[in-house]
Amino acid sequence: MTSMRLPQGGAVDRDAVVAFRFDDTTLHGFAGDSLASALLANGVDVVAPSPLLGRPRGVMAAGVEEPGAFVEVTEPYFDAIAPATTVELVEGLAARARAGVGRLPMAGDRAGPSSEHRNVHVETLVVGAGRTGLRAAAAASGGGDRVMVVDEGFALRADVRQAAAALSDAPDATVLLRATALGVYDDGYVVVHERARPRERVWHVRARRVVLATGAHERPIVFRDNDLPGVMLASAARAYVERFGVLPGRRAVVFTNNDSAYGCAATLRAAGAEVVAIVDCRPAASAPADGIPVLAGWTVTAAQGASRVARVRVTDGASERDLDADLVAVSGGWNPVVGLWRALGGGLRYDEDRSCFVPGPPGPPWIEVVGRAGGDVPAAAPLWFVPADDLSRHFVDLQRDATVADIAEALDAGLRSAEHVKRYTYIGTSIDQGRTSGVVAAEVVNQLLGSGPGAQGPTNARPPYTPVSFATLAGRARGRLFDPARTTPIHRWHVEHGAVFENVGQWKRPWYFPRPGDDMEAAVARECLAVRTGAGIMDASTLGKVEVVGPDAAEFLDRMYTNKMSSLAVGSIRYGMMLGVDGMVLDDGVAMRLGEDRFLFTTTTGGAARVLDHCEEWLQTEWPHLRAYCTSVTEQWATVAVAGPRARAVLAALGTDIDLSVEAFPWMTFREGNVAGIPARVARVSFSGELAFEVNVAGWHGLPLWEAAMEAGRAEGLTPYGTETMHVLRAEKGYVIVGQDTDGTVTPHDLGMSWIVSTKKGDFVGRRSLRRPDTARRDRRHLVGLLPDDPQTLLPEGAQLVAEEDGSAPPVAMVGHVTSSYRSPSLGRTFALALVDGGRELTGRTLYAPLPEGTIAATVTEPVFYDPEGARRDG
Amino acid sequence: MTELWRAAEPKRSYDVVIVGGGGHGLATAYYLARDHGITDVAVLEKGWLAGGNMARNTTIIRSNYLWDESAAIYEHSLKLWEGLGADLDFDIQFSQRGVLNLAHDLGDVRSSLRRVNANRLNAVDAEWLTAEEVADFCPIVDVSHDVRYPVLGATLQRRGGIARHDRVAWGYARAADRLGVDIVEHCEVTGFDVREGRVRGVETTSGTIAAGAIALAAAGHTSVLAARAGLRLPLQSHPLQALVSVLLEPVLGCVVMSNAVHVYVSQADKGELVMGAGIDAYNSYAQRGSFHVIEHQLAAAIELFPVFRHAKLLRTWGGIVDVCPDASPIIGPTPIEGLYVNCGWGTGGFKATPGSGHVYAETIAKGAPSPLAEPFGLERFTTGALIDEHGAAAVAH
Amino acid sequence: MLLIPCPWCGPRDEVEFGYGGQAHVAHPADPDALDDAAWADYLFMRDNPRGDFAERWYHAAGCRRWFNVVRSTETHEVRHSYPPGAPPPRSRP
Repeated sequence: MTSMRLPQGGAVDRDAVVAFRFDDTTLHGFAGDSLASALLANGVDVVAPSPLLGRPRGVMAAGVEEPGAFVEVTEPYFDAIAPATTVELVEGLAARARAGVGRLPMAGDRAGPSSEHRNVHVETLVVGAGRTGLRAAAAASGGGDRVMVVDEGFALRADVRQAAAALSDAPDATVLLRATALGVYDDGYVVVHERARPRERVWHVRARRVVLATGAHERPIVFRDNDLPGVMLASAARAYVERFGVLPGRRAVVFTNNDSAYGCAATLRAAGAEVVAIVDCRPAASAPADGIPVLAGWTVTAAQGASRVARVRVTDGASERDLDADLVAVSGGWNPVVGLWRALGGGLRYDEDRSCFVPGPPGPPWIEVVGRAGGDVPAAAPLWFVPADDLSRHFVDLQRDATVADIAEALDAGLRSAEHVKRYTYIGTSIDQGRTSGVVAAEVVNQLLGSGPGAQGPTNARPPYTPVSFATLAGRARGRLFDPARTTPIHRWHVEHGAVFENVGQWKRPWYFPRPGDDMEAAVARECLAVRTGAGIMDASTLGKVEVVGPDAAEFLDRMYTNKMSSLAVGSIRYGMMLGVDGMVLDDGVAMRLGEDRFLFTTTTGGAARVLDHCEEWLQTEWPHLRAYCTSVTEQWATVAVAGPRARAVLAALGTDIDLSVEAFPWMTFREGNVAGIPARVARVSFSGELAFEVNVAGWHGLPLWEAAMEAGRAEGLTPYGTETMHVLRAEKGYVIVGQDTDGTVTPHDLGMSWIVSTKKGDFVGRRSLRRPDTARRDRRHLVGLLPDDPQTLLPEGAQLVAEEDGSAPPVAMVGHVTSSYRSPSLGRTFALALVDGGRELTGRTLYAPLPEGTIAATVTEPVFYDPEGARRDG
Repeated sequence: MTELWRAAEPKRSYDVVIVGGGGHGLATAYYLARDHGITDVAVLEKGWLAGGNMARNTTIIRSNYLWDESAAIYEHSLKLWEGLGADLDFDIQFSQRGVLNLAHDLGDVRSSLRRVNANRLNAVDAEWLTAEEVADFCPIVDVSHDVRYPVLGATLQRRGGIARHDRVAWGYARAADRLGVDIVEHCEVTGFDVREGRVRGVETTSGTIAAGAIALAAAGHTSVLAARAGLRLPLQSHPLQALVSVLLEPVLGCVVMSNAVHVYVSQADKGELVMGAGIDAYNSYAQRGSFHVIEHQLAAAIELFPVFRHAKLLRTWGGIVDVCPDASPIIGPTPIEGLYVNCGWGTGGFKATPGSGHVYAETIAKGAPSPLAEPFGLERFTTGALIDEHGAAAVAH
Repeated sequence: MLLIPCPWCGPRDEVEFGYGGQAHVAHPADPDALDDAAWADYLFMRDNPRGDFAERWYHAAGCRRWFNVVRSTETHEVRHSYPPGAPPPRSRP
């Protein structure tokens, strides 16, 4: 390999030699090189094979539009796939060829790229730090705007460095390099990806005005074997000389349909290349060629060579000539870069002089497209591909190995829309999303259909503008920060005492507290018996708590709950249920009346936010005249429930100034006082059927209270219990869990809880829906109890029930399903709750749960299994 | 090669006009012609054929729905999928690679088991996998316990999978065309001729077309069309976004879905990861959503698949989905005689394409709901007999 | 990320808000006077226009107040924002 580095020129730092590896070969370049320019400088022609055909592919472009030279970067960071033209050469860079398909590392660092997300507000965001963009930025900055300029490149062009520096000195002006605007969204929201190392950045920019100075991409003209290394966009050939001091070939043919490539020819010649000819398809080529031979009215029909261009075949339609050359610098005209404009429905119109699509109305008023992006590109003749009999090696989309012949095949199949052709050929679906191929493909379609240039435009490129790693976009929302877990003030104690946790909504709740040697069943059995025979303690702090305050608080709750709350006495507590407006059970909990104008109600752990929102919605949008105000106090209170026949003794041992006697402190009331020296509101509510006190204290007192209780309760064998035990105990009593025994299709009547639906008060949310024909059916699914015929067999939750055990093949009609199922240490057997069609009429009947491991028979019962008289609640 | 379908010019009159040339509309036309001998049919498409949600979806096919009514229609659809390539004599790249639905908490496990058991009794193949079995079936799923939403297990429908959406549409178009159906692209319906409670034709950008029956199959645009006929429907149109990664070497051999973490993903044969995001909250016809939804989606994907951290996002886009209050479709006649609707498929319409077309065709041909379509009529909103696939997700605790 | 103008807090990112669907659908004063069809209409029927739409938003992660917005479902442009109870503005600003 010979060096193609020019002795001088370019914007690279020749004092900073950078060693890098490509496909296990160590090479050298300069700071300021791209990987592509460094490879070209080292004489590397073939960068990677093509994805489907395995054809050799070299460097065709100098920017994001590169369709062939793909690499995987392995050091000093990992990038699964990127065009070598966009990879900045840094010390220690290691990369290897990829045939257009990335590979995910299966091992290695779990974290992957780390990124941070930042938010910024500006008046003016300019995308593209070229001359036009910086001019717009300077004007905006001068007018007092906060300005941000982002540019995808890793270096500014020499001719704009001064302007950029001047802008950066202005207050509230930022110029970000290596920063790609990935997408433009509604209301001036722009997402920018900054390839900072080691930590990438994603900027969420909110701009009053967005200026797109995104330039234009040169497109190729398609001819036979136009994918050979050595076929390069003319602007890229020029960029390699001028920006990187690299000669992309020694003998060049320039093939063009416009004037812009003449500058490339001059640059190449000035750099020492021989420019064999400028092949200009226009019969009357107009630009000065400065002595370079111009073949006006000629076209390049084919590139020839094994792994690099060696000869170029040209024709004027009558005769053919072969030119010795190792470089074809091709220019098929320029496409304004309009992807960001298109994202919000920005219009395009076809410009016949320039043979391209330029932005036009409609479009959001806050976006301006300026400079070349706005359509200020050279005029070009409408030549898209050079005709030939065999078009099967006329490559339109190199990344998909798709040719003009493939487009012709799609049209033969009757497809006429550019969108259909894209889907048939996959043109435009690979990494560059059709930057070099999209317009060409559309115009090939137009030409083959005879519909004329511009009849159909290219398919849309979609955000992101260039690919970006998932981890970068995930930002900090990873691992523990993906969705923060909520824990109670007592959580630390649970962790220290070996609790096994379950996720409930966002909360971590102790599921059970195994002792050494306990499995879950043993732990739960022990915890259950402790509550039924002695005393248990549970952290109930996760229950949602809402305070409702105001003269109309009682009236408001009457409208929200199915039962009456306004008749509740101060100091008392009432169970309540809320429905959705569709009549289905939404949530349940208890309401305490703290004062005439003040209530506190609880919600399920997972339902707190939903219920508060539900309340606010009705209060604010339907009854704004009600003087009632809702405040979430979930995290202000820690709640410690002490339950069991010895609960009173535990509380007494803790020390309290509250009279705990049944007479002074009856069921479903609360008292305020001190417990263990801590100000507390103690409620006599029970979710287990046992005597229970729920001690509510300020959040920060939660852990001290818990620890004091554990100490004071030692003599009573006070046993911490988790949600599983709570579930067993409540199910024994037939208390439902909203979300487990209900599923959004269940009414209070279905649950056998008609008693909670008041018929005496006024309207409440969901009431009318209960009268709908299907909702009022008497044979709906009812909550029932189930006792498996074998008392040691546990029905799986989620088991479906059938009426007959005839073993017939599916489909079989189902009559219900098991919602809750447990082993009850108190009952000495298994039991379950189920929703069953017309279930309340089926008491005593046997139903069957057909399961892969066999059918389980069970008898329908009332859904209350333990202490149906409620004799135990007072202790 | 013969063309896939003729570029038909619309006639002045048809027995049946189908409004919407997406998968459902094309399938309806095909089954009308094949099963009911109704071949004087036009499919009117305002843009290019199958360019709406058909071109924008993540192509997941499964039938493991909870409720009997849903399971019946989706299973009917899946059975049709299984013979569709042969039926249409067209390769639709249907791949039954298995669909995993992950469970992340005890509530998920409970409702997953409920669904698996219901599926089995409805003759829908369904299995419950433990976390270890999930790891065997799909090794890149992170089943470790110390993550925010650990995988506690999954349901597996082995017969579920994916198909190539474009080829499905083209296959139906080709087969319908061969049976005499006119497929008319770039013909937008702008109004309806409704007289004496009966629809008699459509106004289009290509003129007036008379029709004996008019069948809407316009997904997110159904409300707008129905309003032109004076009909209100319980639908809301929302953006639904999806995305693909760059092409990657094979890492994912099945479809993985997670409701709790909001991920559904497969890897196409070409190599890109195809992923759907959550629905955007607001109503929209703009075919675009908000980017924070995508960012959240990718964060969720990495939580489930740490190997995806280095995958690169290539394209994002949005479709317009028409969502019913109970997340189930509406199929059937309307109060306007001769006007039929098939809509409200929300985020799940692709998988229903053959079944939806099949029962819709029968409904149109008979002028009354087919048995499988009957539960999905408009009446359910009045009676309250919803088919609530939403509610059954059991979100509260 | 839409920019939603809260009447009390000013323009804020969409993620701070909840969405409430069509505005100005009042709960019937006397639900019992409605037959099942009319009640179903209240429960489930909502406008779904392509174009300007009066809709409800809730500043969940802000002032927690509900308000109404007229927004185009075609372009996402917000035309008006106003408190609940106020009539929908008729003209474009």
